[in-house]
Amino acid sequence: MSETVEREVGRARARKEDAHLITGQTNWTDNIAVNGLLHLAILRSPMAHARIDRVDVSAALERPGVIAAFSGRDVAEAMGSLPCAWPVAEGTVMPDHPPIAVDEVRYAGDPVAVVVARDRYAAADALEAVEVDYTPLPTVLEIESALDENAPLVHSDKGTNRCYDYRTTDGDYAAAKARADVVLTRRYHQQRLIPSAMEPRAVVVTPLAASGEFTLYSSTQIPHVLRVLLAVTTGIPENKIRVVAPDVGGGFGSKLQVYGEEVIALVLAKRLGRPLKWTESRSEANLATHHGRSQVQDIEIAARRDGTVLGLKVSLLADMGAYLMLLSPGIPILGASMYPAIYKMGAYEFSCTGVFTNRTPIDAYRGAGRPEATFAIERIMDDLAAELGMDAIDLRRHNWIRHEEFPYTTIAGMTYDSGNYEAATDKALALFDYDKLRAEQADRIDHADTVRLGIGVSTYTEMCGLAPSRWLGEMRYAAGGWEAASIRVLPTGKVEVITGTSPHGQGHVTSWSQIAADVLGVPFEDVEVMHGDTLLAPHGMDTYGSRSLVVGGVAVHEAARKVVDKARKVAAHLLEANEADLDFADGAFSVKGSPEARKTIQEVAFATFASHDLPDGMEPSINADHVLDPETFSFPHGTHLCAVEVDTETGAVHVRSYVCVDDVGKVVNPLIVEGQLHGGIAQGIAQALYEEAVYDEEGNLLTGTLADYLVPAAPDLPEFLTDRTETPATSNPLGVKGVGEAGTIASTPAVVNAVVDALRPFGVRDIRMPCTPERIWQALQPGKEASA
Amino acid sequence: MIPPAFEYARPSSVDEAVRTLADGGEDAKFLAGGQSLLPLLRMRLAFPELLVDLGRVPELRGVREDDGTLVIGAMTTHHHVLHDPLVRRHAGLLAAATATVADPAVRHRGTLGGSLAHADPAGDLPAVVLAMDGELVAVGPRGRRVIPAREFFVDYLQTALAPDELLVEVRVPKTDGWGFKYEKFHRVAQAWPIVGVAALVRRDDGHIAEARVGLSNMGSTPLRAATAEEALSGASDPDAVARAAEEAADGTRPAQDTSGSPEYRAHLARVLTKRAVLAAAGMG
Repeated sequence: MSETVEREVGRARARKEDAHLITGQTNWTDNIAVNGLLHLAILRSPMAHARIDRVDVSAALERPGVIAAFSGRDVAEAMGSLPCAWPVAEGTVMPDHPPIAVDEVRYAGDPVAVVVARDRYAAADALEAVEVDYTPLPTVLEIESALDENAPLVHSDKGTNRCYDYRTTDGDYAAAKARADVVLTRRYHQQRLIPSAMEPRAVVVTPLAASGEFTLYSSTQIPHVLRVLLAVTTGIPENKIRVVAPDVGGGFGSKLQVYGEEVIALVLAKRLGRPLKWTESRSEANLATHHGRSQVQDIEIAARRDGTVLGLKVSLLADMGAYLMLLSPGIPILGASMYPAIYKMGAYEFSCTGVFTNRTPIDAYRGAGRPEATFAIERIMDDLAAELGMDAIDLRRHNWIRHEEFPYTTIAGMTYDSGNYEAATDKALALFDYDKLRAEQADRIDHADTVRLGIGVSTYTEMCGLAPSRWLGEMRYAAGGWEAASIRVLPTGKVEVITGTSPHGQGHVTSWSQIAADVLGVPFEDVEVMHGDTLLAPHGMDTYGSRSLVVGGVAVHEAARKVVDKARKVAAHLLEANEADLDFADGAFSVKGSPEARKTIQEVAFATFASHDLPDGMEPSINADHVLDPETFSFPHGTHLCAVEVDTETGAVHVRSYVCVDDVGKVVNPLIVEGQLHGGIAQGIAQALYEEAVYDEEGNLLTGTLADYLVPAAPDLPEFLTDRTETPATSNPLGVKGVGEAGTIASTPAVVNAVVDALRPFGVRDIRMPCTPERIWQALQPGKEASA
Repeated sequence: MIPPAFEYARPSSVDEAVRTLADGGEDAKFLAGGQSLLPLLRMRLAFPELLVDLGRVPELRGVREDDGTLVIGAMTTHHHVLHDPLVRRHAGLLAAATATVADPAVRHRGTLGGSLAHADPAGDLPAVVLAMDGELVAVGPRGRRVIPAREFFVDYLQTALAPDELLVEVRVPKTDGWGFKYEKFHRVAQAWPIVGVAALVRRDDGHIAEARVGLSNMGSTPLRAATAEEALSGASDPDAVARAAEEAADGTRPAQDTSGSPEYRAHLARVLTKRAVLAAAGMG
């Protein structure tokens, strides 16, 4: 009799990936060594906007070890224009985007020339010999002035800095506003952020002269999408390109991209017939890896005196930077459905205008559109509570969707399948000791303490699990949102899971092993997960938007179920029983009523391999594929509570306690969920308090290194007290919801709300992010209006 | 980032180091712990032709007593300074400030002498040695000389060391019986101070007999808050300290950069001086 195997899903398994990562046995792209490898270095514009009058690489060619050097014009034809896959609105302005600038540079960091040399030292030295003459052009740096009548144009051939206008409405906002007792209008600023993945970008291309094939290794989140778009961009046939994402050290959206450097490396490897490597430095990454956020958000909320929200109006100016990258126009639109958040209301207006500026292009950064939405709605809900004299939690409770109302279609048209905001909030309040902290806050006010306490609330939800292909089509996105999985049960009983997701820190090898082990009834250790190589895992849509588990993990689950279904036919045949009479448990088929007649799935796999005795007409394989297109999004939610101490003498903020209760549905691996939340909250706090890409008046990046761009580390962050509620998703058979971005989305408004809450007695109602000590000190100076 | 090419030498004595540098011509540089120089090389802001690595010169390391003075070898790492029993007993301010330098990795490589010779006004230790009335001992082709800390820091990243001189020792008077506090204000643990205040206070009969206040990042060199020091003399209660601390930014010229405006830095200098002196005086 078999013992019951402990279920894998739900177990806090240590990650299979970690041993090689923490012992340095890693295969980063920069570690790849190939015979005859040449090294690329890229000369970048020192100016934010200039005409290129002359590029002369001849002196660089004279330098020792230099093999080749090219200006943008030399290679423009072969390199094409970098792709943008998301023209969100009709008439979206799509400027030409050469990987190396030809006539004009449009941001400080725009490539102007490339040098190829025998080693990276020679390449770096030779850059100094490239001569470039520039004529400076006027710049447009600020989002808010980009559409001014006399604003300089980033792309003069387009005649405008306006990239697109996007609108969506439901209900009659004007009528809602007319009925309201209170209308609050706010302008929030999402600062520009630098994603700062631990591993900077790197690319290696190895050409195979005999067959005209190219293998491109890249520190990318999207090997599959990249392969398609490299083919489209360069004209090299897709079936001659293999893309490999080896160990990838984080991305946070910054590697959800088709980068010029990838195209440059591919085209030059082809032209030179030699393998090439390019690895960026950290300061190059700060300039030239795409940035995130950078929006001006105008938001207006209309409510009754009792706190009932009647309607919401949102109007965004979204910075595209100098060019459109893969998803640039779509990023703010990913937030369009999420401003109403968890609240019921009768009217909603959303509009967004994308604008070009002379700064590094903007694209996805952890959360991509939803953190902006959650920030704005959660900030204004706190402000509305203050305006109405209500408790911030009570106001939310008054407006949110009650758990018995699910599934619920919001005013923005999203149907949330499940959720329980009451349960998560009650649990969080208890963990946080909310009432006691409120009492301490009042006490400090009474004593005119120089250190004030602030309490911030964020009851967020988000939409993730990108995405139903049909929805993407309606949104004018060029591709679909499905995910593929294949399962092979080998003759020895070991299992290979081939996934189209492309992990770069998320632990898919562990989680997918757990899922497959449960369905197939095989040991966790017997499952191998293969990914990130278009030769090995040819079919995929990669990893971003908290999609991997809810789309790709569910695809693994479904493929495994197909394997069991096929195996059942073989087992029934071998056991001389009807399929319907077979039980399958703990990895073995047995005949109902006579449990001694049994075949393990490994035995079935071997019998299928041998194929001596299969059912008539059956193919000799129990392997199976599944491609899953999600029917809807995933809607994790939770309640985050933050207490900060603000030193009113210096403006310093100390995060004293941080509590979150998240509901990500069923949990496959609690350790991984915990890790995602910790990292996510850290990045959200980073936006609230620390990080900002700062430019001078000429458009030079001042935060070009990690000494200036402050990424907080462990000593700068509080202990996170995390807990969960578990309301299973009804949209997939595992009941799971995405978790990759939840912490980031939730935490930023919780922290800023706490800072503002501490300062409200001084008449402060907003502090621009990051809430630096100096900004807080400025806001507290007598006679100064808060920086809103 | 990739530094330009340079020659490299690793002497094993002070004499050899000084000779090697002199022979290396104008573009030769000493390399101490590398925590400031290597970033400059990698960002191609410095182009030395020869680096003379001091990492294997044993006589430059270690802490010893010389009567009322502690003598600290210039190549003693922050880690060793911080954990040295003599430093902890007789120069608590130096130990406390060193504990705030960057992170453990940096403190294991960076050296006291390197940080003083680099003379970054945003560094923690220049202001500390200045507040302690320390002395710097230099050796060059023309011999050995002692430079008071007050004369050592000349301008932004510039010291009184001649180009061919090597800083070999840091001498600080023992401050047994003095109260001390280093107040460092920075946004993340690894960052330089926006403003740092190093306070030493000697109390006598309930009032402050003498206060020395060193300021980090309040000008192109580390500074002493002279006006505040004077005003602190005789202060016997927190209000008097607070009033005296209002003078802390007097005579300073703090910079404008991404981490703060001059006005904010001046404000911080006043607040932090108040806090540091109160703590050092045991009045906090």
